[in-house]
Order: sequence, then structure tokens, then C-alpha cells
Amino acid sequence: MAERRFEVARLPGFATVAVATFVMLYLPIATLVTFSFNAGSSIAVWEGFSLHWYADAWNNQAVKDATVRSLVIAVWAAMISTTVATLAALGTTRRAAFKGETFIYVAINQPLMVPEIVTAVALMILFGMVKVATGYQGLGYLILAHSAFCIPFAYLPIRARLEGMDLSLESAAADLYASPWQTFRFVTLPLLGPGILAGAMLAFVISLDDVIITEFVKSGGQDTLPTYMLGQMRRTMTPEVNAISTALLALTVVLLTAFFLLTRKKG
Amino acid sequence: MGADRLQRQSARNGWLLSLPALILLFVAAMGPLVIIVVYSFLTPGEYGNVVWEFSLDGWTGILFTRDIFDGTLGLADAHLTIFWRSVKLSILTTVATFALGFPTAWFIATRPAQQRGLWLFLITIPFWTNLLIRTFAINEVIRVEGVLNTVLLWIGVIDTPLAIIYTDTAVLIGMAYVYLPLMVLPLFAAIDRFDMRLLEAGYDLYASRWQVLRRVILPIVKPGIIAGSILVFVPSLGAYVTPRVLGGGKNMMIGNFIELQFLAGRNWPLGAALSVTLLVIVTAALLVYVKAANRGSNPHG
Repeated sequence: MAERRFEVARLPGFATVAVATFVMLYLPIATLVTFSFNAGSSIAVWEGFSLHWYADAWNNQAVKDATVRSLVIAVWAAMISTTVATLAALGTTRRAAFKGETFIYVAINQPLMVPEIVTAVALMILFGMVKVATGYQGLGYLILAHSAFCIPFAYLPIRARLEGMDLSLESAAADLYASPWQTFRFVTLPLLGPGILAGAMLAFVISLDDVIITEFVKSGGQDTLPTYMLGQMRRTMTPEVNAISTALLALTVVLLTAFFLLTRKKG
Repeated sequence: MGADRLQRQSARNGWLLSLPALILLFVAAMGPLVIIVVYSFLTPGEYGNVVWEFSLDGWTGILFTRDIFDGTLGLADAHLTIFWRSVKLSILTTVATFALGFPTAWFIATRPAQQRGLWLFLITIPFWTNLLIRTFAINEVIRVEGVLNTVLLWIGVIDTPLAIIYTDTAVLIGMAYVYLPLMVLPLFAAIDRFDMRLLEAGYDLYASRWQVLRRVILPIVKPGIIAGSILVFVPSLGAYVTPRVLGGGKNMMIGNFIELQFLAGRNWPLGAALSVTLLVIVTAALLVYVKAANRGSNPHG
């Protein structure tokens, strides 16, 4: 029998705490998902399997409207933020450091630093004035606000991809008399593709999940799925909320898994 | 001279390419913060909004309240209670996430290389999933008719349901739950860089497990501890969703207090002054973070 080695990296009790932490991290979510399939209307007493809360949510006009609104906003926000973030990433990488580069970097990451409630009330005041002045009450405000706070999330994976890219391929294209535009279109952009897609997906998820800014910026009757759910809190909770949460959770996990596969480093 | 011109052109292109993002951010993220600063120096309107008259009442209102009968200023106890609760809960959240997060990060960092990615992924998934849904999940577990009470009553540990929901404890549990990944990830990054041979050296010199932890590991991963603590403390202090969903109406934190000024409280300048205060505290904490993070990336610094 091999003698038991003294494992230097082992600290007593750490593994137990770690495993307990993982269990605690997933148990509430597992409970939430489980009770979305409850036949009864309790969120804590199991009364048999049923999909009827999903059917209820599906047939609930308010939920349907909120879902469509969430998706419309998220698609626009992801497209806009990814476009401007791609340009900014191209502008701030792979060139000699220039004056103001730090400023640009800080500005782009600013939404990550300011407490969301502060931005939310600031936007409420600003857009409130614009609403009065122009009379426009549409989804544009939400799309604009979401596009802005999604920028850092779209920017970071694109920047990471650009920094990891091989410059020699572009030099090779230039050596072969490709114009700068051709080099960008046929060399840089295809190589950058996975980074752009990853950035767009992250932006989409972040927009889809937003509560605070949406809650303060939306006009009457503009609930998104998260603000609709927050509104449901005041009433008795039924597994319908669990069903909506589970659906949203599933969508997020699928997109995130795709994101990780796209950004995974090879080798 | 040619190189100089090229460099200037490169800088100009850098700015031009970044411009659309900067404009969007200025319109819908940074610019509006200026409005908040301006509003904090105005007079509250009768039905919310502001009257364009200069006033410092928004700022004095943070700590003091004017007596409605004789107009004298006194300390605003209700406000102090909310600030104290915010700071206390944020510190406790940081401590709780460290107590759970450090062993977790150590556990992940000491797994075989091919397993590490999976464990990290398990920490990252909750980090990116909807904060509202995670808070809901905690709400459903700890509420009076929730799973925790149902199970405990069924086992017979308790006779009456535990009233955790809508207390400070509930907010603490919820914040520790939702912000835990923010502690684990920087701790993991620090431990991952840690040279395990130092442990052997420590044990060779007859150090006990506790001495190695206290004298070798903790000092070296300190930048990670500072980074994780600030990453947890900052969103805790500005938390809005978690105290609203788990604290009920009464156990407000600064975020909810700000909202109150803009809605029912109808004191926009006070709300604006509170927002600026929160922003300054958070920015200061983040500057400390940037310093710690930079030190962490350079082990010889």
C-alpha cells in the first residue's frame, strides 16, 4: 500500500465549506425551478408534476407583452452596443498608446462603476424632461439606456479577441496589395467574428436581465419581463413567477454556455 | 517626421472609432450624472420635481431634519438608521462572502487542471444569471410559507415558522448569496498565481497548518482579498433589488431611500444629494480596488 502523502495544499475543512457553498449556491435555484413544475399553487409544498404554470404564463397577455418588449429592447441594445463597441475596440487596441486612451477606456467601463440606482434616477430626470418636451413616449428611451450600459459588456470580449489576434495576417494581406478596407473586411472582421458574437450575446443577456434602470425609465405600460416580475412581488407568489424565471434562466444559461465556448482559449 | 505624422493619424483614428460609443455613453450614462449634481442644489417642488432656486437643503437634509414646529435643525435619526444599516449589511455581506468564498476559491484552485474550468464555470453561471431571479429564489426559500420553514416544521425542529423574511438578516442572506461570485473570482485569481512550493517551505520549517495560512497564504493573496472585498462591498452599498425583495418596505438601504425621495418622498434634491454621496463613496472604494488589482498583477511590485 502506498504511503499517504502529506498534501501541502490541503487545508482542513476547506473542501467541506467549498462543497457546502456550491450546494447553497445551487439549492435555491434548483428549488425555484422544481416548483415551477408544481401542480398546486404553493411554492413550497409539492403537489405533483404539472406544466400548467407554464401554460398560464404563456396565455397571460401581460407576460406575453412583457416578453416581446424585453426581446425587442435586448435585440436593439445588443446590436447598437456591439456595433459601437466593436468600433471602439478597434480604436483602442493594436495602435501606439495615444493621449486620451485611458479616458476612453474609463468612459467605456463607467457603467460598471456607477451604482445602477444613481444612473436610473439620473436617466429618469433627463428622459422625463425629454418626454415632456417632445411628447414621445416610446421604447426608444429604454433602448437608448440599455445600449449605453451594455457597451462595456460588448467591448471587453471584443477587445480581448483583438488583443489575442495575430498581426502578421494583416501585414500579409497588406503585402499582397490588399487595401486597408479589404484587409479589414476579409481578414480582420472574420477573425474578430467570434469576439463580436460573444460581445453581442453578453450585451443581450445583460439587457434582458436589467431591472433597476428599466424600472425608472419605462413609461406606463412598458413593463419588461423583470419589471413585470418585480411588480408581482406585491401579490401572493404563485409558481407562475417560477415558470417565467425558469424560462428566462434557461435562455440565459444557453447563451452563456455559447459565450464560454466562443471565448474559450484553445489548447 | 513621417513616423510622427503616422502616429498622430493613428491617435485621431483611435478617437474617431471610439466616438460613437463615447457619444452614446455621454447621452445615456455619464451626462445625466451632471443633472443629478445640479439637482442636489435646487429646491424641492411641491409635487416632486424641483424649483429652480439654489438651496443647500438637499445636502443638509442628508444628516439633519428641520423641526416642523420651530424650524430648528436636528439629527435625522431615520436617515442615520438607514445609512448605518447599509454600511453594516455591506460589511457583514463582505465578511460572509469571504468566509465562504476563500475556502471555495482555494478548493477550486487546488483541483486538477482539467477540473478547474468546470468548477469555475459553476461559480460564473450564477454570477451572470439574473440577479432578480436569484433574489426571488432566496425569497421563496426563506419566506414564512417557504421551503426552509416547510422542511423544518416537517422534521419537527421548530413549532412555529421562522420569521426571517423582511428582516435585515434576510437582506444579508440575499446579498451574500447574489454577490458571492464577486468574492470567489478575484480570490481564485490570486490563489491561482500562488506558488504552492512556498507551502512546502513553510511546512519544512515546522510551521503548523494555521501558521502557514496566517503567515504565508493570507499575506500573499492579500491583493485578491482586497479586490474581492471591494467588488462585494460596492454593489452591496448601492443595492436596490435585494433589500426591496427581501427587506420589505421597512428595511430600506440607501438605494431604496434614494428611490423613496424621487417617488413618495417628493424631495428630489435630497435624493440627488444622496445619489452623489453614494457615487463618491463607490468611486473612492473603486480607486482603492484599482490600486490593489495593479499590485496583484505584479507580484514583485
